[in-house]
Amino acid sequence: MADYKNEFGWFAEKPTVEKKIYDRGKIIIGLVVFLVIFTIAFWKNLGKAIPPPQPSLKTPAILKLPEKERKCVEDRQFMREKHMRLLINWRDQVVRTGDRTYINSKGQKYFISLSNTCLQCHSNKSQFCDECHNYVAVVPNCWGCHSTKEQTVAKAEAK
Amino acid sequence: MGINRREFIKLAGLSALLGLGGRAAFELVLPGEVDAAQKAKPALQGATRWAMVVDMRKLNDQIAAKCIQACHSIHNVPDYMHPPNPKLTLPKELQQRWEIKWIWTDQYEHAFPGFEQDYLWEKLHGMNFLLLCNHCHNPPCVRVCPTKATFQRADGIVMMDMHRCIGCRFCMAACPYGARSFNWRDPRPYIPKVNESYPTREIGVVEKCLFCNERLAQGQQPACVEASEGALTFGNLADPKSKVRELLRTHFTIRRKPQLGTNPQIYYIV
Repeated sequence: MADYKNEFGWFAEKPTVEKKIYDRGKIIIGLVVFLVIFTIAFWKNLGKAIPPPQPSLKTPAILKLPEKERKCVEDRQFMREKHMRLLINWRDQVVRTGDRTYINSKGQKYFISLSNTCLQCHSNKSQFCDECHNYVAVVPNCWGCHSTKEQTVAKAEAK
Repeated sequence: MGINRREFIKLAGLSALLGLGGRAAFELVLPGEVDAAQKAKPALQGATRWAMVVDMRKLNDQIAAKCIQACHSIHNVPDYMHPPNPKLTLPKELQQRWEIKWIWTDQYEHAFPGFEQDYLWEKLHGMNFLLLCNHCHNPPCVRVCPTKATFQRADGIVMMDMHRCIGCRFCMAACPYGARSFNWRDPRPYIPKVNESYPTREIGVVEKCLFCNERLAQGQQPACVEASEGALTFGNLADPKSKVRELLRTHFTIRRKPQLGTNPQIYYIV
């Protein structure tokens, strides 16, 4: 009397299947090759320290200002962390409502214009904007339309 | 098994009844207008309503060319007819197809269809009118834009948000004045001299005259008005003492295709 059933029918006893990886050598070599290729970026940069970005503030427009007045619309920390939010809000405010004044946290008034205020001081895109953007691999498309005095387009953006 | 004749007739009768009464039932359950139905919009309530009066008695081809030059150079409008680099010369067909214009001229007969007559005031015949976006009070381009990239500001300017434009060109189909142009390619190489204080455009967006909103924000007149030697007058229609209102009060003016109901806001004194 058969006492074991599987999808192929009733059997006298449980059929034994040989536990074996066919073509074991090839599979293991393939796995190793895959792993190496998959992680090659890590191996290549192993032990290397990527220098932190150092955006340069040395543009003619900034250097012309007296030392005390070399300030952006908000303080350094805010601009570092939140300039993208600020710029997006400015963009929506100016284009959608036409209101071009910004009042900063200290109550000072500024005229909003990316091309005419921001980029007048920060005219060194490759040493200022690209420095951090390339480091963190983000590709903002602002410069597709808002031109800088530098006509060269960053590598990241040309993609 | 099919149905017998008696049942078929019953069913057909019921269906016909539903078909006839269906619309009424729909109205009962979901009253209101169909979204696409067009209605005249109430006038804008703002304290400002920008408009322009073009005095064709003062305008000639030289002044028109100066206005066009002033506008196009400030706003980085590419010139496909005369590329800055001779290597970029285009075949005639593409020069026309890619043309981008914010302000341009065309003859009376083309600009004012419906006004033609067999025996016309001869001065009008072939007269070159200065044309631009009409900043309609009831703008069809705004109605069709699927992303609200083009919209009407409270002061009446039909504005473009290039950041939102997806390049579907519905607005170009909707505009009865041909005031909109599409960027079929990256325009930068064809801009004679880039004005860095104004953005350029990218491939795939529509552009048009924006009534120099960036100059208005700084209290300046539009560029074409400044270059026009008095032929163009720009002002606030909502202000009864403004110069445009004065001109409209004292002169007979015509507008382009007013019969279409877009309520254009560029007025021509002929």
